[in-house]
Amino acid sequence: MSARIPWALVVLAAAFLVPALGSRYYTFLANDIAIWALFAMSLNLLVGYSGLVSFGHAAYFGIGAYTTGILMKKLGVPFLLAFPAAGLAAALAALVFGFFCVRLTRIYFAMLTLAFAQIVWAICFKWNEVTGGEQGMPEIPYPDFAWLERAGELVPLLGGWRTAEYFYFVTLVLVAASFWALRRIVDSPFGRMLTTIRENPERAEFIGVNVRRFELAAFVLAGTFAGLAGGLFGIFNRGVFPDFAYWNKSAEVLIMTLLGGMHSFYGPAIGAAALLWLNQQIVAYTQYWPLILGTILIVLLFAFPGGIAGALGALVHGVTARLRRA
Amino acid sequence: MPELSFVFAQAVSGLTTAMFLFLIASGLSLIFGVLRVLNFAHGTFYMLGAYGAYQFVQWLGPGPGMFWIAVLGAALGVALLGGLVERLLLRHLYGREELYQLLFTYALVLVLSDAAKIVWGTQQKGITRPPELTGSISLFGATIPYYNLFILALGLAVAAAFWLILQRTRMGRLIRAAALDRETLGALGVNVSALYTGVFVLGSFLGGLGGALVAPVRTIVPGMDTEIIVEAFVVVVIGGLGSFWGTFLGALIYGQVLSFGILFFPRFSIFAVFALMAAVLIVRPWGLLGRPLK
Amino acid sequence: MLEVRGLAKSFGGFRAVGGVSFDVPQGSIGAVIGPNGAGKTTLFNLITGHIRPDAGEVKFKGRNVTGIAPHDLCRLGMGRSFQRTNIFPRLTVFENVQAAYVCHRGRGWNLFDRVGPLYRDETDELLAAVGLRDRAGEVAGLLSHGGQKQLELAIALALEPEILLLDEPTAGMSAGETRDSIALIERLARSRNLTLLFTEHDMDVVFQIAQRITVLHQGQVIADGAPADVRRNPDVRRVYLGERE
Repeated sequence: MSARIPWALVVLAAAFLVPALGSRYYTFLANDIAIWALFAMSLNLLVGYSGLVSFGHAAYFGIGAYTTGILMKKLGVPFLLAFPAAGLAAALAALVFGFFCVRLTRIYFAMLTLAFAQIVWAICFKWNEVTGGEQGMPEIPYPDFAWLERAGELVPLLGGWRTAEYFYFVTLVLVAASFWALRRIVDSPFGRMLTTIRENPERAEFIGVNVRRFELAAFVLAGTFAGLAGGLFGIFNRGVFPDFAYWNKSAEVLIMTLLGGMHSFYGPAIGAAALLWLNQQIVAYTQYWPLILGTILIVLLFAFPGGIAGALGALVHGVTARLRRA
Repeated sequence: MPELSFVFAQAVSGLTTAMFLFLIASGLSLIFGVLRVLNFAHGTFYMLGAYGAYQFVQWLGPGPGMFWIAVLGAALGVALLGGLVERLLLRHLYGREELYQLLFTYALVLVLSDAAKIVWGTQQKGITRPPELTGSISLFGATIPYYNLFILALGLAVAAAFWLILQRTRMGRLIRAAALDRETLGALGVNVSALYTGVFVLGSFLGGLGGALVAPVRTIVPGMDTEIIVEAFVVVVIGGLGSFWGTFLGALIYGQVLSFGILFFPRFSIFAVFALMAAVLIVRPWGLLGRPLK
Repeated sequence: MLEVRGLAKSFGGFRAVGGVSFDVPQGSIGAVIGPNGAGKTTLFNLITGHIRPDAGEVKFKGRNVTGIAPHDLCRLGMGRSFQRTNIFPRLTVFENVQAAYVCHRGRGWNLFDRVGPLYRDETDELLAAVGLRDRAGEVAGLLSHGGQKQLELAIALALEPEILLLDEPTAGMSAGETRDSIALIERLARSRNLTLLFTEHDMDVVFQIAQRITVLHQGQVIADGAPADVRRNPDVRRVYLGERE
């Protein structure tokens, strides 16, 4: 009987304190992690909870980023509308692509998701008029934070931050809200049906689950949250580029999910944090980050299939068991 | 109305591309057919074959027949690498979920392509064609390099040899049987694990061979692995994953589509490749000659 | 309750089931028997919508249900267990059965409630009925073979079926386990007013509880009727016992 510490809230509170450290670098890294954590958690709805391995999840990330980018930069739409629009556009794309993908299984499913993602990439790459083509769209404007600064006059804590820091706070709030939504989904009867599909699709059919329809729903939800993450990333990155949808982004986020642990809820978020932090450390010393990443991945696959969360869980289990025996 | 010579040149070019791709994709298809593993690292084996040929040429220097020794050496080297990878690493993942196997081959791509960068740097490399095959011939008004004709002939020869092996030899029968039902094969007392290693070695050999042979014609540069693996995927999807003749047919179709497509729709060529792949997966996922999904 | 007419299915050139017809009256216990490869599992797959028949029709409660998808069929009242145990391995025993209740009672698309406390009482009751009440918290994949079969039964019953199709329910069991299992099935069928149709290899079991036996051989029905008649049928004897006429 241990006091159940709400770790998630603790981490969230700590995250809000990062800009107080005064380092642009840490705020930047934390912002990056928050966005990729959402991206990875969205993928886990498919991989960890539904048993659907998608190799093209970056497509929805890219669509979200371009939607927000185009709306805010070219059409001057405020962030309040441009952000949900990212999710909506990604959801629509996921609906269309997903309809075809869920008719296939396993390797064929994976290859079709990959093909669709590459089509999205190719469109972004070539459609110069709308997406800026190969050059992408640099200089996406930040949202307007004047209202926050005015609120800062009333509440001292809210005032005096730089624009990048305001955006970081907004990111945290939106990502936290998305995590909350994902948690509700996963804990709901719908979420339980998804796990039955993951465990045994044939059996699921025979308890009345319309497997294809549920898989499509999961696909659309996952795509929506990926799109939201993309919308945030376009602004954070100060520019939207075609490689957001390229397959190595899909591979990166898949690795994060695996690294953190796909069978635990917060696993992918932990994986995102670990990978991004590691990337920053390694890249400072050597250009051979792919080599390190590949080696880590191999070690992971052979020694720690449960990822960080799995290893931690086993560790905690072992320690508490020993304590109980003592 | 384009000139006959022009059309002919394009067609031959398409055929040559097709034969290259067939050489490479056949390895991918073979490995998938028997092991049910989609080897992302196949493109990297191809690249290592090219680098290997370059390296052998550096060591051996110019001389009669040196090119052929280099090509063979490179292909065998890649085959050896494939064998080591399969025996030491991949086989421990067979019982696990497919995701793990796929991510493993992707991890191989990361590790091996960076290793290639470490060894050979990022500058473009190249080797020259063997003296026997320099020069070109004029056919129907089009200029066809001898080397390309050689590749064409070799591709057909490999296809024929492959087909003979599959149909007439014990190894071939085992391969076809394994593609249909692995469990029964094991129950019949066949050393399935040795078969798997053998197939992986053979597939890697083909990939490396393709890379070594392409070295005189394309520049050897980092990134050529991801370029080729995408094309190989398209080919095996069109033809049918695991089907031998499917890969051949897929390569032929892809070669011609690319050759003529680039002419008429240059802006959409990269889009067309993936649209084709998606279209096949939507309409007929098992490809033209593959077996329908259960 | 269940009427099968002229069901046929071929795979490639192989005719797995060819023109099978029989009836299963309401409240009865029927068995389908036949040597290996006779087409019993294929027949079940055809009836439950797992595969589409090439010809013939299936009528359930007077309604044509041929080729209806499994997830719709189980809503109509048809439950099924599988030859190779088919459960949700990483979920607990409790969650396995609860999932069936959640879907059957129409809460599958609910995105807002928490699933944990739903249908606690019903699940506990059902687990007690099959004898798994004290294993409720265990991970299903770790149960013994017999335990998993009990769980399969519970999952099928959670769907509140009117007819239960059991594919080799005692496969892989010892004599004692078989006895207990059959007793359990019989008891449950009586208390819930179920119609049963099962396939079996164990002839003792079949002749013990079946009221009607259909014999398949190479995809065709060679005998159909009361156990005593079937036992005497010369075709059946030839197929099973190798007796010559």
